[in-house]
Amino acid sequence: MLHGFVSSIDPYFLQILVNIGIGITLALGLNIITGLTGQLSLGHAAFMSVGAFTGALLTLKTGSPFYLTLLLSGLFTAAVAALIGWPILRLTGDYLAICTLGFAEIVKVVFLNLEITNKALGLTVPTPQTALPMPIIVLIVAILMIIASTFIQNSRFGRALKAIRDDEIAAESMGISIARYKVQAFAVSAFMAGVGGCLYAHFLGYINPSDFGFLKSVDMLSMIVLGGLGSIPGAVFGASVLSAAPEVLRFMSQYRMLVYGALMVFLMVFRPNGLLGGINVTDLVLRKLGIKPRGALRGQEGKH
Amino acid sequence: MFLQQLINGIALGSTYALIALGYTMVYGIIALINFAHGEIFMVGAFVGLLMVGVFKLNIFLAMACAMIFCMVLGVVIEFIAYRPLRKSSRLSALISAIGVSTFLSSLALMVFGANAKGFPDQAFHSRQIHIGDADISTLQVLIIGVSAFLMIGLEFIVQKTKIGKAMRATSEDYSTAALMGVNVNFVISFTFALGSALAAAGGVLVGMLFNAVSFNMGLMAGLKAFAAAVLGGIGSIPGAMLGGLLLGVTEVFGVAIGYSSYRDAIAFAILVLVLLVRPTGLLGRKILKKV
Repeated sequence: MLHGFVSSIDPYFLQILVNIGIGITLALGLNIITGLTGQLSLGHAAFMSVGAFTGALLTLKTGSPFYLTLLLSGLFTAAVAALIGWPILRLTGDYLAICTLGFAEIVKVVFLNLEITNKALGLTVPTPQTALPMPIIVLIVAILMIIASTFIQNSRFGRALKAIRDDEIAAESMGISIARYKVQAFAVSAFMAGVGGCLYAHFLGYINPSDFGFLKSVDMLSMIVLGGLGSIPGAVFGASVLSAAPEVLRFMSQYRMLVYGALMVFLMVFRPNGLLGGINVTDLVLRKLGIKPRGALRGQEGKH
Repeated sequence: MFLQQLINGIALGSTYALIALGYTMVYGIIALINFAHGEIFMVGAFVGLLMVGVFKLNIFLAMACAMIFCMVLGVVIEFIAYRPLRKSSRLSALISAIGVSTFLSSLALMVFGANAKGFPDQAFHSRQIHIGDADISTLQVLIIGVSAFLMIGLEFIVQKTKIGKAMRATSEDYSTAALMGVNVNFVISFTFALGSALAAAGGVLVGMLFNAVSFNMGLMAGLKAFAAAVLGGIGSIPGAMLGGLLLGVTEVFGVAIGYSSYRDAIAFAILVLVLLVRPTGLLGRKILKKV
C-alpha cells in the first residue's frame, strides 16, 4: 500500500523530499560537532563518503539486508571518525578546521585510487528490496535523527558538549574530560553522516568519490549556519531550504548558482545568526497553540 | 634530475605562496578564513588573459592591470560581504565568504564558459636554459623572479612603511590599535587590496605555467594555498612563504617519484602530519589562552 502511495507522488517532487530528508540527517550530524561542541569541521563530506561507500560495498559484495547495511555503515564511519579524531581533535579552532578539510581531500583522493571503490568510475548501487519504500525509510531516519539529536542535546552528554563549546578551560576545571567528549561527539556526528551517506548512495543508485568534495562539506555547513547554529529546528529548516533551493531556483537556469551565492551573502549580512537564530521555535509553536511554554517565565527572568 | 624537480617545485610553490600571503594577512588582521580568495586568484587570471588576448598588452602590463582590478574587487567584497559581519560570529562571515566564492565562480562560468582557456603563444616566448642536466624554462625563471619581487615588496610595505606599521598593530590587537588612532577600517581595506593584488599576480603566473585558465581553478588552488598558510602558521607572513614553497616542492617531488594520481592529497597529507607535531604550524606563535 505504501509503495502505491509513494509511486503516486510526482517523482520530481519526491526526489526533492528525499534530498531534504538526507540533508536533515547530514545537517543534524554536523550540528553535533560544530553547533553543539563548537569544533568547526570543514571535511564532513568525507564521512558521508565513507558511509556511502561502506553501504554500497556491503550491498554489492555481501547483499546484507538494507537496515543492517544502514546501521553498519554508520557504525563503521563512527569508528573511522574516532580513529582519526583522537589525534586531530587536540588541535583548536581553525587549525582543526583545515585538518578536517585536509583529511577529506585525502579520503577523496584515496577513494579515487582504490580498486575496491572502482577508482574514478564510481559504484552503481542497486535499489534495495525493502518492505518499506526508500522515501519512507529516509523520512523515518530523518525523524529518528531529530529525536536522537534532541535527546543528545538535553542529556548530560549534550550539556558537557555545550560547556566545551562555551569555554574549554572552565569545562575542564569542572571535571569534563575534553578529549574524550570531543572524540565521542565526533564519532556520533560521523555516525549520522555515515547513515546519510548510505541513504544517499542507495537512493541515487550511483556514487563517485568526486561527489564528496569540499563543496559538499560546505553545503552541510551552510545548512546549519543558515538555519541557526546549534539549534535543531534551525538545522532542519536550513537543510530543507538549501536542499530545495537549487531545485526551486531551477527556473533561473544558468543564473541559479549566481543567485544562490548572492543569497547566502545577503542572508548572512541581514541575519548573521541564521534564519532561526535566537528564536525558540518550540516556545513559539506552543504559544501559537495557546499553551504556556514550560520554563518561559524562567527564561524571561534570566534576561534581566 | 633533482635540480630540475627542485626548480619545478619552487616555481609552483612560489605561486602557492603568493596566494597564501593573502589568506594569512587577512587572517592575521580579522581572523577570517577568506574563502573567496581563491576566486579572486581566478578572476586575476581571467583579467590577465583578457588583457593579453584582447588588448594585446605586454604580459607585465597585463599582470599590473589584473592586480589593480583585483585590488578593487577585494576591497568591494570586503565592504559588501565582510564588513557588516565584523561583529557577528566568525562562522557567519565564513559562510558569507563561501557565498561570495560561489557567486564569483558561477559568474566566471557564465561569462567565460566551462572550457579552460590558454594564454596566446605570443604572450611570453619561453626558452629553455640548460643548467647542468636540468632544463629550466625562462617562464619558470619569470615566475620565481616576479614572486620574489612581489614578496620583497610586501615585506618592505609591512616592515618599513607607516601603513605597514598600522597593519602590524591592528593584527597585534584590533581594539588597542583603534584606540591609538589607527584607522582600522582603512587598514583592513588596504590588507584586502594587498592580498588580492598578490593573488591576481599568482593567477596570471599559474595561468601561464599550466597554460590553462578556467572558472574552477580557484577552488583547489585556494584550498592548497590555505593549507600552505596554515602549514607555515596562519597569520605569519614568512610562514606563508615557507609553507607555499614547501608544499610546492613536496608536491612536485611526490609526483616525480610516481604518486601522480595522489597529487592533490600530498599537500594535505603534509599539512596534517606537520600539524600533529606542531599544532600551530611551522612559524606560528603559540596560542596562549588566559583564564
